[in-house]
Amino acid sequence: MELFLHQVLAGLATGGIYACMALAIVMIYQAIHHLNLAQGEMAMFSTFIAWQLIEWGLPYWIAFFLTIAISFVAGIVIERTVFKPLHGAPVLAHIVIFIALFAILNSAAGFIWEFTIKTFPTPFGSRSLLGDGLISAHHAGMIGVTLVVLVLLFLFFRHTRIGLAMRAAAVNPESARLVGVRVGWMIALGWGMAAAIGAVAGMLIAPVVFLEPNMMLSILLYGFAGAVVGGLTSPGGAVVGGFTVGVIENLAGTFIPYVGQELKLTIALALIVVVLMFKPTGLFGTRLVTRV
Amino acid sequence: MDRSVASETPAKAAPPDRAETSNADLGIPAAWNRAALVLGLLIAVALPFVVKNFMIFQLTTVMIYAIAILGLNLLTGFNGQFSLGHSTFVAIGAYTTAILMEFAGVPFYWTVPAAGMVCFAFGFLFGFPALRLESIYLALATFALAVATPQILKSTPLAPWTGGVQGMVILKPEAPFGLPLNADQWMYFVTLGIGLALAVAAVNLINSRSGRAMKAIRDNPIAARAMGINISLYKTTAFGVSALYAGIAGSLSAVVVQFVAPDSFTFVLAIGLFVGLVIGGVGSIPGAIFGGLFLVFVPNIAEEVSKGLAGAVYGVILILVIYLMPSGAAGLVRLAALKVAAWRR
Repeated sequence: MELFLHQVLAGLATGGIYACMALAIVMIYQAIHHLNLAQGEMAMFSTFIAWQLIEWGLPYWIAFFLTIAISFVAGIVIERTVFKPLHGAPVLAHIVIFIALFAILNSAAGFIWEFTIKTFPTPFGSRSLLGDGLISAHHAGMIGVTLVVLVLLFLFFRHTRIGLAMRAAAVNPESARLVGVRVGWMIALGWGMAAAIGAVAGMLIAPVVFLEPNMMLSILLYGFAGAVVGGLTSPGGAVVGGFTVGVIENLAGTFIPYVGQELKLTIALALIVVVLMFKPTGLFGTRLVTRV
Repeated sequence: MDRSVASETPAKAAPPDRAETSNADLGIPAAWNRAALVLGLLIAVALPFVVKNFMIFQLTTVMIYAIAILGLNLLTGFNGQFSLGHSTFVAIGAYTTAILMEFAGVPFYWTVPAAGMVCFAFGFLFGFPALRLESIYLALATFALAVATPQILKSTPLAPWTGGVQGMVILKPEAPFGLPLNADQWMYFVTLGIGLALAVAAVNLINSRSGRAMKAIRDNPIAARAMGINISLYKTTAFGVSALYAGIAGSLSAVVVQFVAPDSFTFVLAIGLFVGLVIGGVGSIPGAIFGGLFLVFVPNIAEEVSKGLAGAVYGVILILVIYLMPSGAAGLVRLAALKVAAWRR
């Protein structure tokens, strides 16, 4: 039983990472209704920018917020330059552009900062808080920041005009345009926000997994799994989904022979397929009704 | 998401269909199509006698990619189901061939249909969960499949059969009947023959009753169901057939490379096939060969432009190609031919 509890706690700690990522994924899905395959690489690139700023001698929190601002602007620039001309192109073309972005960011980061593993500082310290080092101060801080971001997003989408306009643009672009919402800019804003949240996720994850250009690949997949488990239309669901994936991954790793250690990514796959089979919209998602 | 795909898929697929029906009056003259086909075949047969062995190997790889892309096209282009996980079926095909040759001593030629059948079975079975998944969700599930595949191949329970991380070495067959061909040239012609047979099969499938049912499901599933088409059966079968093509490609690649290892079948391959599909032309049979050419040669070009930034150059080329050829290379060629035909008239 104690082992079980320990594993659940450890799962919550890694789940915090996935929850961060899942939240960023769901954000961009809200804005553009595509799953951004380059999301992880965008977060990785932002984290490298933060690392560079800290290397140059900026205090952590200034670098933190400066990186968020840079990422926000960069997200908007990517949307305006690369995706706007493709507005209305088939989904397949969009996915190829995501793949292209993935290749560009990964290769550029490796070129600028090299493929060596770097350590990234944490503002919370690495003291053990709970369960003999299972949840460190950094893990707790990470979970705390994720929840704060979630609450801020909730308030933004619920209680501001621009949040309402973004939701309208995502759900029904034609009608939104007719009532005066600038749909194109709402999409760009969604990209900016997703890039900014990705930057937060990257900077929180980096102290745990270390900083290198390929750090995000498996995390992205778990993030996808978390987002799907929670439902792609629900930011809160994505956070819950991320934690769920972390816990299930850890429990399976402990209690199922072979599977846990060697087939970790397969667990994410199985989770995605099983959840989608029984609840295609995820646990907290809402179903889109289509007309013939 | 569901809504946007439903409205976009027909729009994307419409141009080739329209061109097909209008071929007779103001489209491309039928003689041009025939001439292009004959010319292409002549070049394909002549090439292995004029270029170096490494080039022959590369061209064989182009055709192998083209076969896998063709399979993906049957699924995505003609049935409207996404897959970012076809590397899995390529892997299953390659390992079927390797295991049969290694443990059962089966000659290579018999392992090709075996790999195809095994993959058909796997694809058909994966088609069932796929039935429940729409567009982007299916892309995600198949992507997860692609990422998980190398780990499954390396896992301890399978290692005695798959050779684990090390993989397996295979011998390349020599040309039979004393033909004056070296092993590379012989594999080139084997691949060419199998590729042509599969392409003819694909064309016949598309133009058959089943093919029309597949396209109807792609364009409007609800209307297709109302017309009495068994959607589940056609979708799972399409997945199976698509996997069969990928499996045969995998079987051929195992022998051409003379080696199978888990890390040859990562998600990079799956994404490559997808890129090849879009670059070649979604819903175009000859497009597959353009996709194969892109996959083999463009990374080399990117590498030559800049060693350190090869990935970035590749990405930029990819973006430019999407901007300049929104309907793929096959679409561009068709458009050019239409322009010339109209100008001559």
